[in-house]
Amino acid sequence: MTEIRELVKSLADKYGRERESLIPILQGIVLKENYLSEEAMTEVARELDLSAAQVYGTASFYSFLDTEPRGKYVIRVCKTITCDMHGKKQIVRTIEDLLKIKVGETSKNKKFTLLETNCLGWCHEGPVMLINDQPYSALTVEKVHSILVDYIKNR
Amino acid sequence: MSNGSILKRVEIIFTDYDKVNEIVDKAVKKSNTEIIGELLESGLRGRGGAGFPTAKKWEFTSKQVSEEKYVICNADEGEPGTFKDREILTQVPRKVFAGMAICGKVIGAKQGFIYLRGEYRYLLLNLEPELDAFNEYLKQIGQDFQIKIFMGSGAYICGEESALFESMEGKRGEPRNKPPYPTEAGYKNKPTVINNVETFVYALMICHLGAKKFKDLGTTDSRGSKVFSVSGDTPKPGIYELELGMSVEKFVDDFGDGDTKAVQVGGASGFCVPRKKFKDTIIGFEGVPTGGSMKLFNSSRSMFNVLRNYLDFFVEESCGQCTPCRVGCQQLLKGIEAVKKGEKPIAYLEQLLKLANTMKIASKCGLGQSVGNSFASIVNNFKEEMIY
Ligand SMILES: Cc1cc2nc3c(=O)[nH]c(=O)nc-3n(C[C@H](O)[C@H](O)[C@H](O)COP(=O)(O)O)c2cc1C
Ligand code: SF4
Repeated sequence: MTEIRELVKSLADKYGRERESLIPILQGIVLKENYLSEEAMTEVARELDLSAAQVYGTASFYSFLDTEPRGKYVIRVCKTITCDMHGKKQIVRTIEDLLKIKVGETSKNKKFTLLETNCLGWCHEGPVMLINDQPYSALTVEKVHSILVDYIKNR
Repeated sequence: MSNGSILKRVEIIFTDYDKVNEIVDKAVKKSNTEIIGELLESGLRGRGGAGFPTAKKWEFTSKQVSEEKYVICNADEGEPGTFKDREILTQVPRKVFAGMAICGKVIGAKQGFIYLRGEYRYLLLNLEPELDAFNEYLKQIGQDFQIKIFMGSGAYICGEESALFESMEGKRGEPRNKPPYPTEAGYKNKPTVINNVETFVYALMICHLGAKKFKDLGTTDSRGSKVFSVSGDTPKPGIYELELGMSVEKFVDDFGDGDTKAVQVGGASGFCVPRKKFKDTIIGFEGVPTGGSMKLFNSSRSMFNVLRNYLDFFVEESCGQCTPCRVGCQQLLKGIEAVKKGEKPIAYLEQLLKLANTMKIASKCGLGQSVGNSFASIVNNFKEEMIY
């Protein structure tokens, strides 16, 4: 059995094989693989007895169910108005400069992807970003710098 | 301008955390009629935005005859400027679970779900052990009700109740036609109560404190208090539990920076209140309703940028299912940019306002129907900023 097949099977064992299990399974794949490959989606379709189009249709609707390859760490910077007012642009520029990627891109070593996202629910402490699941708030240029250097060196 | 007067702080949502088990024990011994009666008397209306009377929702669902019923807590909290549900789930999660359990008893449901937005996945670390302990407690006291968490995956529209059900069913988060309403046909087409995080906590606390304590706060149309998420140009951003029915002026006195020119009440889908209307605008269902989002803007801010930011949000978050909303959002965004650049005449704004109004009438769900709220209130009150 291929690795992805095993992963899908173990997720289906955990969450079930009903249609209601689809999103938890897709989330489980993203947590492991960082994105949903065609192979993974086909495998899910087979395992849950759905058409591949149904699986892709659902996956493509959700911004956290990426269907394009992503880095090990996905950075999502909030671009909604309060974060924007409190210096989000500078935060994005700092990350771009440090990682040598633009918004929407993944670093060559596949370690980081940089994205912008809608309101993360931290407007009182903006600007804010998520790195995978972890929120970082009250960002300054210095703070972002030290957080990223830590990810680059220690993870 | 700001004279620094302070609004009364209310303490209901975050207090008595050590008494949750006790409150549940007492509530499950009450009759369903008693609990619904208390909620009805309190005047509690949903805190997620639409403001439907909570007692009625529970009562309708309790009357449905069905083997399967569900209680769902809407923790999708995607409205720009809202962060109170995250705070409630961080500080007093067991109160949320307890409110759901009481609802389960009243309507006759055995299963509850919390639909938690993907952006809050980090909360699971605390929520899961708390929830396991609470589920265990329910078993101990012989309540046949269990709660699970369902994670969202980054889609604002999934906060709309019928889109949320679709999402839980493994589908695209596309809103359904209404009726039928969730009380009849919700998750898996079974009778479902869906309430906001905060609504469940108030329901619990009304069972505990009695209707009167709640009803004595607020106004006839907007009983009680509510948790506000305050952000923008303010010296004290954060979470505040306040009595409903205050004027925007009073709010600005307390939270403004002395130079507030507008307050956006209710997030991107809410209303923009300009300085000249602060005095006469009530925060509550009789004036400008809010799910809690309060953003202050001072005179250094461009309201054009604010509106463009909101429209950009709607363009991305529209599910695309119906044309007025899908195309309308894009055209409004393109339209204001064209007017700003001088590519379209000023009179074009009138056409855009008509389009926003058409969207209100013709869109399938609350997203498309409310884009016109912020659009019209910003364009009409800050016309010069849209042009120059
Ligand atoms: C586009 C859209 C997004 C919504 N997002 C949320 C949300 O994040 N949380 C919420 O409680 N209600 C949200 N609602 C309202 C829900 O549809 C529903 O009315 C609410 O959960 C009912 O709970 P309540 O009666 O306790 O307010 C949204 C509605 C729309 C149209
Ligand atoms: S109004 Fe917008 S979000 Fe709602 S169903 Fe139509 S396209 Fe989807």
